[in-house]
Amino acid sequence: MILAPLAALMGRAQAAWAIATGACWWALYASVSLLLRVMDEGVIRYALGGWPAPYGIEYRIDLVSAFVAVIVAMIGAVAIVYARTSIAQEITEDRAPLFYAAFILSLTGLLGISITGDVFNVFVFLEVSSLSAYSMIALGQDRRALTAAYQYLIMGATGATFIVIGIGLLYVMTGTLNMVDLAERIPAVADNRTIPVAFTFLTVGITLKLALFPLHLWLPNAYTYAPSSVTAFMASTATKVSVYLLLRFFFTVFGFQFSFERMQLDMVLMPLSLVAILAMSMVAIYQDNVKRLLAFSSVAQIGYMVLGISFGSVLGVTAGILHLFNHALMKGALFMAMGCVMYRVGSVRLGAMSGLGKKMPWTMAAFVLGGLSLIGVPLTVGFVSKWYLVQAALERGQWAVAGIVMIGSLMAVVYIWKVVEVAYFGEPDPDHDVREAPLSMLIPTWVLVLASFWFGIDATGTAEVATAAAETLLRGLP
Amino acid sequence: MNEIFGHFNYWAVIVLMMVGFYTLIARSNLIKKLIGLNIFQTAVIMMYVSFAKITGGTAPILIEGDHGEAAEHVLYSNPIPHVLMLTAIVVGVATLALGLSLVVRINEAYGTVDEDEITAKDNAQ
Repeated sequence: MILAPLAALMGRAQAAWAIATGACWWALYASVSLLLRVMDEGVIRYALGGWPAPYGIEYRIDLVSAFVAVIVAMIGAVAIVYARTSIAQEITEDRAPLFYAAFILSLTGLLGISITGDVFNVFVFLEVSSLSAYSMIALGQDRRALTAAYQYLIMGATGATFIVIGIGLLYVMTGTLNMVDLAERIPAVADNRTIPVAFTFLTVGITLKLALFPLHLWLPNAYTYAPSSVTAFMASTATKVSVYLLLRFFFTVFGFQFSFERMQLDMVLMPLSLVAILAMSMVAIYQDNVKRLLAFSSVAQIGYMVLGISFGSVLGVTAGILHLFNHALMKGALFMAMGCVMYRVGSVRLGAMSGLGKKMPWTMAAFVLGGLSLIGVPLTVGFVSKWYLVQAALERGQWAVAGIVMIGSLMAVVYIWKVVEVAYFGEPDPDHDVREAPLSMLIPTWVLVLASFWFGIDATGTAEVATAAAETLLRGLP
Repeated sequence: MNEIFGHFNYWAVIVLMMVGFYTLIARSNLIKKLIGLNIFQTAVIMMYVSFAKITGGTAPILIEGDHGEAAEHVLYSNPIPHVLMLTAIVVGVATLALGLSLVVRINEAYGTVDEDEITAKDNAQ
């Protein structure tokens, strides 16, 4: 975060990029070492400024936090390497340092949300990351990027204000902002009508940021018109962190009993996520702009994650957390592949991608492999999380839900096939000669694709962490 | 009666919140939407500040007692919501600034700040 103003002051884009890369890689190192420490030691607590909790702001890092932080930092580190060439083409030279500053700020905000243990701190970091995200989206080339950023700003600020209302109501009933302290004090006052109202405001606010159907309206435009690196970074991180926030609030602050038994959360979230999966996959099939197609697919995938959470069982929450990780990898790879296409072809419309399978073999191969992961073919990460999801559904005896998950996968086949068909079986445009994308953009893309295969074949590492995290959440606080 | 007049603050909060939210959703002018957002956020600020006031409480500043130390048993209003709202005000200002600069750019690109006209221009494209 300290490096952000420094990056902004740099005159030349290359220097700003170097600073941004240093910041992102260092963040990756820090978050991985945090995860390893948490796996050994248990929960890490750090009191900011030396003021002990609950008077001061506390950073409380447990398994879920560290896992999410690693995801965010990893995607950030890969995306920043990718950004150098991509941004050089899409954003003018004098604005590029500002872009990198916004990138670092956004990363800071997202990491801050993952590790904090104080609810108002969550709001502050949420706004830090959101505001920098709005400005990054607005740097897109198409003029619709501006309206997309504006729409995201309005909806995102409304969501954040709802969260603040929820936090305020919680504070007035319990007198504390620390998450652990809140969890201890809420049961005593839970009968008062204020607490369910606070719960509702928080849920609506977070689902707005999360882009759960029907509050997803900002997402397609924001992802489509933003610069390619921004889409790759944001698609893999911003919504994931909001899912993490949901987990935090439901399980740690309010507790499983309140959220699921009293407030009937599963009855609310499950239908919405099922509709998200079916409706959004359907809409994705009819899109002409491939980035827009992937954006609608993202809303459907978020539906999967929330579906896992709405089961409320260890398997379900594990599936949700696993899908967090896996979707970050898959969508990151897919959007980076589209960025490569944008770089060379200058357009992401389906028609413009005709015959790219021959001209840009590596890029389209990355797209196909990422798409296979999205569908959930065995050997990829997508399969692992779908497997857990179906298991969780069957454990509860809900065969219809498992069926809907499968139907969602089939629809993913349709829209991935649309792109594959045009790319591999179409005729390349004779006047427009395109070469393969530059290595500096291909390598990050393939890093994510290979990671999605590696974690798909050997899923024990992530599955263990996710299961342990889910158990920690469901068990409540130590 | 005490319900209405004693809680006048909260009634004002609700009214402002709804006015702001309605403006945000229903108006098509982009600047009016931002103003609605700001009214909404101001209502939330007022809500927090109303939470902080304790009946009969004085300002949360140390009062000197008889021997130069802090006096005991002073009823003071809660300063924490005020602190939180300072942060929220800053966030609101930043959001408003960002939103308005976006509107300026949109005006340059589209020639209008009316959402319906912008959508029409996009669809015609």
